[in-house]
Parts: sequence; structure tokens; C-alpha cells
Amino acid sequence: MDMKNPATAVDVLGESIITTRVDAMVNWARESSLWPMIFGTACCAIEFMGVTASKYDLARFGAEAIRFSPRQADLMIVAGTITYKQGPVLKQIYDQMSEPKWVIAMGACASSGGFYDNYTTMQGIDTIIPVDVYVAGCPPRPEALLDAIIQIQGIISGNHHDKGLQTMCCNENACTPCDLVKAR
Amino acid sequence: MNMPDCFTDIRSDTLLTHATIARENLLLGIEILKSSGYTLLLDITAIDYTLYPSFHPEPFALVYLLRSGDFTQAFSLKCYLPRDALTVETLTPHYPCADWLEREVYDQYGILFEGHPNPERILNHHQFIGHPLRKEYPITQAQPCSEAVDLMPQMRQRLLEKKIIFPDGEGGYTEPNKDLMFLNLGPSHPASHGTIRTFVALEGESIIAAVSEIGYLHRGFEKSCENHTYNQIIPYTDRLNYCSSLINNVAFAKAIEEMLGVTLPERGIYIRVLLIELSRILDHLICLAANLVDMGALTNFWYLFNPREDAYTFLSKLTGARLTNSYMRVGGMANDLYRGYESDLEFILRKIEKGVGDTLKLIEHNRIFLDRTQNVGIVTAQQALFYGFSGPNLRASGVQYDQRKNTPYYYYDRFEFDSPIGSVGDIYDRMTVRFAEIDQSIRIVRQCVAQMPGGAINVSNPAIILPQKQAVYTTIEGAMNQFKLIFEGVKVPRGEHYSSLEASNGELGFYVVSDGSGTPYKVKVKAPSFLHMAAYPSMIENEQLADAIINLGSLNIIAGEMDR
Repeated sequence: MDMKNPATAVDVLGESIITTRVDAMVNWARESSLWPMIFGTACCAIEFMGVTASKYDLARFGAEAIRFSPRQADLMIVAGTITYKQGPVLKQIYDQMSEPKWVIAMGACASSGGFYDNYTTMQGIDTIIPVDVYVAGCPPRPEALLDAIIQIQGIISGNHHDKGLQTMCCNENACTPCDLVKAR
Repeated sequence: MNMPDCFTDIRSDTLLTHATIARENLLLGIEILKSSGYTLLLDITAIDYTLYPSFHPEPFALVYLLRSGDFTQAFSLKCYLPRDALTVETLTPHYPCADWLEREVYDQYGILFEGHPNPERILNHHQFIGHPLRKEYPITQAQPCSEAVDLMPQMRQRLLEKKIIFPDGEGGYTEPNKDLMFLNLGPSHPASHGTIRTFVALEGESIIAAVSEIGYLHRGFEKSCENHTYNQIIPYTDRLNYCSSLINNVAFAKAIEEMLGVTLPERGIYIRVLLIELSRILDHLICLAANLVDMGALTNFWYLFNPREDAYTFLSKLTGARLTNSYMRVGGMANDLYRGYESDLEFILRKIEKGVGDTLKLIEHNRIFLDRTQNVGIVTAQQALFYGFSGPNLRASGVQYDQRKNTPYYYYDRFEFDSPIGSVGDIYDRMTVRFAEIDQSIRIVRQCVAQMPGGAINVSNPAIILPQKQAVYTTIEGAMNQFKLIFEGVKVPRGEHYSSLEASNGELGFYVVSDGSGTPYKVKVKAPSFLHMAAYPSMIENEQLADAIINLGSLNIIAGEMDR
């Protein structure tokens, strides 16, 4: 290889060089190593155990580093019923998580109160904290939660073109989904 | 026993006696019962008779459920209270476990207990106004909470009792005579197995005083029951102890069937026993798996959890759901076992045996495991009975109380199995009793499969069980039958009944009041975890902080049934 000749150098390095933007790179890293904070309160938390165990294996999606400290996490999974008594606790823990952060409402109770339409159960956690992905089910099957995590990854990478989500990941003028796919 | 004069309106059957007592005689009556052998307090609840269709002398009644010291008899003592004088004397000096039970009655019904050491709310938050289980309280009237309660007043009281602080004579308190650090364990804590808050005063690593706060998962089970038909409640029962949903299903269905006076055909009962025992195994698996993770033994989590995953596959095939099965119905169950279930079940049992065997190989002679669990968190037999323990936690302390043995129901006397007990009552015993129970439950499941009789699974009473779909679509009687049962529910005769069975955590009972309609007038759950948790703060005092974590795991507190 003749290193003095820039043309050959590029030929030799070939596809081992990727040109991209820093934010796309950072987002790629973020989506591939989500650190979930599990706010498990009830039955859904038991099903979440199933998601982390060998059969469904959350590690395949790079999100197996479960943290119970909000300071170390960027994805909150609210698994279970949230009562009014629990509301201030959930809000405080959400506030303690550093930006950027995402929230999954796992199951019917977290999403809407479920069939606990009564004096004590909060009718959906989105009355106190923002939610990115809702998962149906009581409790949802593990596949449904895995799907939610893949959706969160989509939101982070910017491939998820829902309104309002794009601003989180990229500058609209400079970025198209195509570029991101190339970058990956 | 000979009934003294102060008891009126006495009704008794083989396992349960009902009696009524005047308010002024209440303590006397309790003392008589205690001296004649009813040494265990199971539960305290109240009934609001305001909307009840038939006459009752007063709008409110308190109900005390007691159990005899030989565990065979239960006693339900009722005491009427007028609306303008909703106070009685506390039972805490007689039964220590009355503490939390009375707080719950105060919280839910607004009945005051004179002389109670800590008359605070327990399930609802501190900003709550009113008493939700009173009939006048609308079910959907929500009351948001803006901040968590300060547990310092309760802690101060505890420190006073322990002579660590003293009143300073000016309405305040002296500084603690120890160098204390106050710390919240929870409500959101990885080892709290749900949302439970324990506030501890630490001296170094030792816990000097502790107070616990529960109710974070109080999701209104009992109020919801009053608004749903009997069969609609089955899905709610799933979510009491969600680690073994089927046992809750059966416990509730069994209570209602006893009120209806019906018994399932033999095959139905065998299927129930089979599923109860399978659920008991699954419950113990997850308890032990999580408990070992708390100790840092992560590998065991996969050894124990993966067989549970295989069992989910079996349960999905049978009931359509992995965790919250809703499989039982009043008078039977949703459908029969599928063809070829035996081989699936045997496959799971083998997996469980392997998982348990592998785990035991890792921990049985493991120095860390033994040092951390043996002689830690000891509950003596005497204390366990005082606290109102039941199930594996009580048996670990060496008390032979297992309803399957003491008062056999559902043909449990036909099966060969042992009910293992511990000797010390420490964490090690609580865990090993569960390991041993897994083996025994496997034995019962195998016997069930071997002896499985043929025939019907449901009672053949059209007033209880839905007609065949064919009949619903082709005959007017079938359509009407379906319509009546779905819209009005199973009509249960007027009356009050307490029924319990041996669930994976202990005595799980339902106290049901029926007004004759298809919806219960009142349902109270006697949940084992509630009383186990009540004992927890005093159990962890004078222990190390790290031991408090595994102590909680070894009690297997399930927030769903504790907070309801």
C-alpha cells in the first residue's frame, strides 16, 4: 500500500470508514445500550422477570442492565398498578432520572388504570409523567414488552416518525431516515 | 365449648361458629374465647349494613375472626355499633397482631379503637378524607395524593418505647442517646419485592428501630367486589397473590360454593388440587429465586425461574393466560384438561426437580449462604403465633399448622404427603421449608394425575353454571339462562361465611356477606402477607441492614394480597 498516495489509501480503507454525524452516532449508542429502571409494583413486574430471564432474554436487545437507581437509567418501565398513594413516589423517581429519558407504561393499569376503576387507582400514569410507549395486556406477554423496547429504540434512533418524536433525535433539515440507516 | 350468656344468635357448623355480642361485653367475650382455646386472631373487619335488605339492629358491625389453638375451629364474633358511637376498645394488649388489623378497619370504615397505640390510616394515603368501604362512599371518587407521609412521628414513638429518646418536659424530645442515621428503605427499592416502605434508624449497620408503611398497592379490591358479580370477581382474585393466581381463584370459588351449598364433582376437585399444588410450586420458585438474588446468588434465579417459564407454557395451553389465569368459576372451572396434559405436566415436574436440584447443589453447603441465613431473623414459635403468621413462615418456626393436614378439604386426606416444619424459625428454615414443600407438592401433583377420575368437572346446576353454547344459540331456555347468569350473576343465599384454604403463603380466607343478589354485599380477604408484614419491623430491629433485605424476601411478602 502506498500511503503517500491518498487515492490508494481511500481504496484500501474502503468501507471501514463511515461518515456520519455525532448525534446519529450517539443515538446509535443510546438505543443499543438502554439501561432500564424498573418501577415494578405488581403482577407486571413478575412478567418483567420473564422478559429478563433466559427464554425471552432482554440482553438480545442490549437492555439487560437493569437499574433500580434512577440516576443510572435512561428508560423507565412502569410495570404495575400506580395508586394515588404511589403517585408522588413515581413522579419523584421520574424527575430524578437524567435526560434523555424514555418511559414505557407496561400493562393496562399503568396505561389507563385497567379494570381498577375506583377510588384508589390512578387512571393512567400519563396523568403525572409523559409516556412514550404504552403496552396493552394484563399483564402483557413478554413479546409485547420486547416490541415496546424495540419501538423505544426506533424513537431514539429517529426512525420512528411520529409527530414530536423527531425533534428528540435530529435536525429536520439535515437528516432523513435514509442517512440514519446508512450510518447504522 | 359451653357458650356463655353474653353470646347471642349462635350458629355453628363443623368448622365455623358465629356469635353476636353486645359492645359492652366485647372484651369479656374475647377473654372467654381466648381462655377456651381461641388463641389466634385471624382478622378483624367491619360491615356497613346501611343498604342491607333485611333488618339489622345497628348500621355497623365489627367482626372478629378467631382460630382455636389446635387450628381446627374458627369463630366469628360480631359486635353491632350504632352510627353515633363507632368506638370500641382495642384488642392490641390481648392479640399483638390486632394493631394493623384495627388500623385497617379504622381506615376503611372509620371505626375508632380506644387505646390503640398508633391510630393512623394504613392502606389509604394520609391526605385521604372519608372511609371508602362505607356504602355512602362512591367507588370512583378519587383523592389524589401530593406528598408522601412523614414517618418521623411513628419513629419517635418507637424510639421512646425503646428508651433511646425521652420527653424533654417542654413538649419536645431529647436528642437520641445513640449516633443514629435515619434511612428510608423503599418505597421503590430493588429488594422490597413490590412497593413497601420501611423507615429505619441505623447505628452503623445495625437497625435500632424500624417502622413500615404499606398501602402503595391498595387498589380497592374489596370495594370493587361490591360492584361486580361473583364470577366477575374471579379476575380480581388473580391479582391478589399474582405469583399463584390459581390458588386465589380456588379460594374464592370455594367460599362461594360453600355458601351455595354445592360441591364439585370428583374430577373438578382433583383438577383444582392439581393446579393448587402446581401454583404452590411456582410461588415458592419465584420466592426462592428472588430471595437468592437478594443474597447475590444470581445464577439460581435462572435455575429456578426457567422451570416456571415452562409451567407458563402449560398454563397458557390450559387456561389461555400465563400469569393471571382466571380459570376457576363459581361451581367449577372454565374448561376441562386438554388431551395429553400428563406428558406436558411430567416434563415440567422434571424441569422443576432439576432446577431445584441444581440450586441446592450450589447453596446447600455454601458457606456464604449458610452464614447469611442461619440464626438470622429468628421468629420463635410463640412469636410467630403472636404475630398471626401462617403457612410456610409459621411452619418454619416449628408450628405444625397446615390446613391440608389439620382440616383436610378437597380430598387432601387421600394424598400421601408431608408437611415439613423447621426448628429454629430463621431465614434458613423459611427457605428450606419452601424447598421441601416444592418436593411434597410435586408428589401430590403426580398422585393427582395417577388418580384422576373421569366424569364432569362442574356442578350440574343451571342456576350456577352457564349452559352449553349450543343450547344458548338454539333454545330460548339456554339463551335466558345465559342472560340471567351473565347480567345478574349467581344468586347466593343471604348470609355471612368465612372460608379459607392453605395458599402458598398461608391461610388465605374470604369473609363474604351476601344479600341474596348476584353481587356480594361485602368481601374481606384474610391475606397472609398482611400479618407477615405487620411483624416485619420488629423482626429486623437489632439486626444488620443487609439481613433486613433477605429477611423480607424470606417472608415472601406479595404486595397484591397485602394491600389488596
